[in-house]
Amino acid sequence: MPENVLKVETEYSDHIPSREEIAAMKAKHRVLATYSYEPSTIERGYNSRSLYISVGGDYDTSEQDPLTSSAKGDNGVVIGEKAVTDLMKDKFTGGKGFDLYHLWKSVKEDTHWNAPENNVVISPGPLAGITQYAGTGKSIVCSISPLTGLPFDSNVGGFFGPFLKFSGFDALELQGKSDEELIIFIDGNAHTISVETAPDESIDSHILCEQLTEMYAENEADKMNISVVASGRAAEHSYIGCLNFSFFDKRRNCVRIKQAGRGGIGAVFRHKKIKAVVARYRGVHGDSNNPVNKKLINDAGVRFHKQMAQLDTKQNNMRKIGTANIIEVMDRYDLLPTHNFQYGAHPETPKISSKVYIEKYVTQNVPDGCWYGCSMSCAKAADNFELRTGAYKGSKVCVDGPEYENAGGLGSNVGCFDPHWILEANFYCDTYGVDTISHGTMTAFAQECYQRGLYNLDDTEGLDMRWGNGYALNELMHQMVAGDGFGVIVGKGVRQQKRIFAERFGKVAPEYEHMLEGQAWQSVEEPIIDKPIPTAHFNKHLVDCEALKDFGYDDEKVLNEIKGTSLENAGANNDSAFIAHPKRWEKIPGIPTISREEIADWPAGKPYYSDDPVCPYTNGRPWVKMTPEQVAEMEEFGMENKGLEYSEYLMKESLAQQGGYALCNKGPQHDEAWLIFMDMVNNQIPTFEDKAEALHYFPMFRTWFGLLGLCKLPWNDVTPVNNKNEAEPHKFPEHVQNYFDIYEGVTGFKHNEASMVRQSERVYTFQRVFILRMGSGMREHDMPPTRSLGPISAREYLSREERYDEQLLEKIGVNPADMSTEKKIEVIMDYRKDQFRQLVDAVYKRRGWTPNGIVKLEKLIELEMDLPELVRIVRPHLKAEGYWPSGTEFAKYDSM
Amino acid sequence: MKKLVANSSKCTGCGACEIACSKAFYKEENREKSAIRVTANDGGYNISVCDQCGDCIWMCSAVALSQAPNGVVRLNKKSCVGCLICVGECLRNFFFYNNDLPTPFKCSACGICAKACPADALSISE
Repeated sequence: MPENVLKVETEYSDHIPSREEIAAMKAKHRVLATYSYEPSTIERGYNSRSLYISVGGDYDTSEQDPLTSSAKGDNGVVIGEKAVTDLMKDKFTGGKGFDLYHLWKSVKEDTHWNAPENNVVISPGPLAGITQYAGTGKSIVCSISPLTGLPFDSNVGGFFGPFLKFSGFDALELQGKSDEELIIFIDGNAHTISVETAPDESIDSHILCEQLTEMYAENEADKMNISVVASGRAAEHSYIGCLNFSFFDKRRNCVRIKQAGRGGIGAVFRHKKIKAVVARYRGVHGDSNNPVNKKLINDAGVRFHKQMAQLDTKQNNMRKIGTANIIEVMDRYDLLPTHNFQYGAHPETPKISSKVYIEKYVTQNVPDGCWYGCSMSCAKAADNFELRTGAYKGSKVCVDGPEYENAGGLGSNVGCFDPHWILEANFYCDTYGVDTISHGTMTAFAQECYQRGLYNLDDTEGLDMRWGNGYALNELMHQMVAGDGFGVIVGKGVRQQKRIFAERFGKVAPEYEHMLEGQAWQSVEEPIIDKPIPTAHFNKHLVDCEALKDFGYDDEKVLNEIKGTSLENAGANNDSAFIAHPKRWEKIPGIPTISREEIADWPAGKPYYSDDPVCPYTNGRPWVKMTPEQVAEMEEFGMENKGLEYSEYLMKESLAQQGGYALCNKGPQHDEAWLIFMDMVNNQIPTFEDKAEALHYFPMFRTWFGLLGLCKLPWNDVTPVNNKNEAEPHKFPEHVQNYFDIYEGVTGFKHNEASMVRQSERVYTFQRVFILRMGSGMREHDMPPTRSLGPISAREYLSREERYDEQLLEKIGVNPADMSTEKKIEVIMDYRKDQFRQLVDAVYKRRGWTPNGIVKLEKLIELEMDLPELVRIVRPHLKAEGYWPSGTEFAKYDSM
Repeated sequence: MKKLVANSSKCTGCGACEIACSKAFYKEENREKSAIRVTANDGGYNISVCDQCGDCIWMCSAVALSQAPNGVVRLNKKSCVGCLICVGECLRNFFFYNNDLPTPFKCSACGICAKACPADALSISE
């Protein structure tokens, strides 16, 4: 049993503000609007009202639900309440459902992420806030994403959601756009809300959350009753902005943050000039959610707590290292994305393994729940971590994590096998307000483009884009904060990078060279291409690491192992982010400036100037369009779908997971389905129908967490002793029953699997129609980049030649003996593309969609989601595709 | 270290300790609200009561548990949020909860039950 740690020794005094500083900041606030409301009693999980705040701006609100009461303030600020109706509870449940409900009514078909009507909606769900079961403090945030242009949902821990709910609201809408920096303060005990200008507070989350916790807590003990929603400065210049939700960690005496990472919702938040939303609620207890049957909740909670106490150290070590426990497991199964998803393992993975983090960085023997009552306690942190770069260089900070995804995205996928740099990048991603996963995948893409010679050091302004330079990986973020430098392009995401690279980074064709008026196109020497740099390099701070000795890790041995392989010429070992310092360009008079509309017809290879509102940054060099071949090359390995970067699991060998990613409504995030072990390792879903069934059940089951305010991890990150004897062990039936129990405990309704799936399917289907409304949601949008289906290069094929040759022989029935590698790739990829096509057919059929991915009217009727606004969206598509039903019973839907 | 010491071999199963405990702390005679529990066991009786080992303290999500200088593990009810992690963490089942009560409870080694025990099965050890 761990020793009893009531205090962690921390050294964070430099960013904890003094009372005088706080008083001075607060004195600068100007209150724009205040609102008082009546307290409410939560009934069966609901307050039955939501909070609406417009921070200003002119936009159409006529389609939205009416405000039942409101107050108007200065600068166009409105604070008001809306009713949560029985229809909302019945069809949308809460959480993500309520978010999407409000978002639909806020936006129009052509609403962009940066329009004032775009809405950041936060809802905790009817079960959120109970303290007795693990993982019950989640909030779900939705908005139109800058990356995808589609409704996006992201879930997050921290105390804000429960505090919002106990303050009296089932959801919070943040609409409009302010001209001044604002803070919104919800006082759940005084039942008041205020919107205040806040000119002097920091924007970066680790500072801002400390400032506001200090500012709004009445005393030291009250700090636990404050939660802040914030983002950071990089969210202002990138499309990958995240939202941080804080809670006060009494043992560390500092503020911790959890992230609604994916989808760029932090960019929307900062675009509205909202610095923070602060909730204060004192008095959390086991009955705060006013449950109908507390016994069911208590009993389920204690059952689960006991499992964690008994089993965690024998199973996943979630309490020691959280989700990072799987880093070396993923490597072992060839699933750890490496060098932009080319490979699934790397000889240097031991250096970033969970055991190294436990030994060297992550504070042990502290319960790290992100809401009360989480006995899984996986929100680990590295304390007193000293930063080497950036605005906070030299400062000692608390780093939230590393989560597994950070080790994958900020580590192996970008070729960085140094635990320090992963933590440093993790810290800066969080405090600057960017998503670690997108940051990793989009950086990996940019790195591969560089290493393929698609652009050069002039384009990066000397930034070292080889695999593994920790300084450069962090410099990208510092540039996003500055809004200047190559990092700004990278920060727009893979989809925008492809467009920007294609518009700007082509090579000047010989016939247009004269336009440069004698200037050399490439001003600095390229040190990377054909100049191998060994990747393995022992990190000094790991010399005495016992965990590495346990792994038998030997740097010399690894160096020899990779000699001559594709891993050899990858990896930088620099002590600087830059390997050259090219000058910025002066304008060349003979090169024309054209409008954006003219770019499409402009010839490849011919220099031009233009502008780009998405990414105004440029180094001044003339732009040159790439050739169509180069553009097509980027499409193959740019790991995005619907505009979202893939999350950090290698999916090449699991057809079901290829579908799990590409068919995901919001883009390729694994929170709809993670089927790799079921599919690839255990072969539990061999047929297309089996896979389609899994791609129906799991997305619905996992959607359910998002409706209720629950965390997925306690569901299957500890395995009940008797699970293996269950009929469907992959569903973890004992834990599902716990969820049904706590649902009944809160609401009084007794669920079973069918009713649970139906509840989710309503919202899931609504989201599918919503993305259709916003111009996506058809088969073409569910198509993945080629690399997600298999090996696209000789490097990739040859690295797993035995496996692929065996597949050619056994699955496809061709003999690889006399085939060239190129031919083998062609045959295996044709086969895999066909497999994927068949999978999509099977999944669409199971979900009640047409072959083009449109939700059928019959499905809407079956789910009682035949709402006129949904019917109107699917109708023209169904008619065009010949799937509009003809019977008289459907006649009324023709005129809806 | 102060703690209640139980000698199960002397126990007659009368339940006087349970009644005394629940009366003292919750003003009712209800063994479900007692921090000491007696169960029949192979013809004799087993007494379950906290030995103040402190294994529950580290996981308390509200930092409401602490060990007093005399060794007794105490729950600060004002800070407790009723999450019951402590109940789960005690694998010997010495930490209790009751659905009528907002917070879990455990033996505080007050000795009231020892005084009530007619069989001299309970005592306070300092």
